[in-house]
Amino acid sequence: MDAKEIIARRVAREIRPGTLVNLGIGLPSLVANYVPEGIDVFFQAENGVIGLGARPPEGMAEKSLTDAGGGFVTAVPGAASIDSAMSFGLIRGGHLDMTVLGGLQVDEKGHLANWMVPGRMVPGMGGAMDLVAGARSVVVAMLHSAKGEPKILPECTLPLTAERRVDLIVTEMAVIRPTESGLELRERGPGVSIEQILAATAAHLIIEGDIPEMELD
Amino acid sequence: MKAALRPEAAAEMIEEGAVLLVGGFMGVGSPHRLIDAILARGTGGLTIICNDLCTPEKGVGKLVVSGQVSRAIVSHIGLNPLAQQKMMAGEMQVELVPQGTLVERIRAAGYGLGGVLTATGLGTPVEEGKQIVEVDGQRFLLERPIRGDYALLACHHADYAGNLSYLLTAHNFNPIMAMAAATVIAEPEHIVPVGMIPPDAVKTPGVLVDHLLGTAP
Repeated sequence: MDAKEIIARRVAREIRPGTLVNLGIGLPSLVANYVPEGIDVFFQAENGVIGLGARPPEGMAEKSLTDAGGGFVTAVPGAASIDSAMSFGLIRGGHLDMTVLGGLQVDEKGHLANWMVPGRMVPGMGGAMDLVAGARSVVVAMLHSAKGEPKILPECTLPLTAERRVDLIVTEMAVIRPTESGLELRERGPGVSIEQILAATAAHLIIEGDIPEMELD
Repeated sequence: MKAALRPEAAAEMIEEGAVLLVGGFMGVGSPHRLIDAILARGTGGLTIICNDLCTPEKGVGKLVVSGQVSRAIVSHIGLNPLAQQKMMAGEMQVELVPQGTLVERIRAAGYGLGGVLTATGLGTPVEEGKQIVEVDGQRFLLERPIRGDYALLACHHADYAGNLSYLLTAHNFNPIMAMAAATVIAEPEHIVPVGMIPPDAVKTPGVLVDHLLGTAP
């Protein structure tokens, strides 16, 4: 199992029945592949669909049915199409139960930076700022480090996405819960030791009691 | 009854330096024939207000490549590398706006509101230079309305009266922008006789629409 699959499988276990969930593009979108059977969940794509489905069969793509990355998708029974005002009303208005987003950095206050690297990469925030400010629960799904450099830091050096504290960080090495008192290490990745996690993390981690290995299915 | 315009005739109406609200999300739900006509005419100094700057080969992204855009107000430019280059070189002004804030600022203009209060962007570079308003102990950013000289929309069906309906994720910004410009030009995929779009399916009433593009030959 590669790092991204570990992350996607672990995040999928956070999804509760009967909820509305937004998955960011890239790594977070993989989460949909591992949602346990029988969990009745609606995925929102912020470009305007509630009830996002899998990729269409070859030759069956509809050009007016895409996800937030512009890729062709299908819709599940019970789906609804909405305009951008309602889509972001759902996000800001407290109707979205959970969002899963990628991250460039997260810090000890639980602040997320995921939309720009000044002078180098300025893609824009798209919907990320609204999602972090507005979703009931924010899960960051990201690789633990970038080219050997820690991404979980005492303080973000990149511009923040929001001032809100995210609710959970899931990497291939660890599950970390940001709290008022700091970052609590909750679970270890498969075969990963606490020492390895500490070595790959620049931020202080609160470690209390036994830290179990993450369950993935 | 509206007359059906050729794309070239519609492009001729748009003067140098015009402010254009353009529907679409990564080109899905964008008026592509109209954009191509503006490209062919070469009208310059345009301000483009759109969800994103698409890709260099598609939608409003082409107008960036041709150098016709002097200013853009968008949520995302990440898939148009040329837009990033022009922004960093100072050749094109880019204001990056969180997607939910962008649609609400346009909606505010169209619905006669003096602005929008949103928590999105607090604690980030988006709050720079903006007024913070406290309501019942909660902090919000005051975001100002955005209106256009022209709204350039794409829709699925139009009838002869200019009533518009949209398909799936091709709604996005289109119904909101229809309210926020002095002149509204819609590019339908199909034009049908009055009465064929059921009143409940009309998302943009024809009274808002000034011109229809004739369907492609």
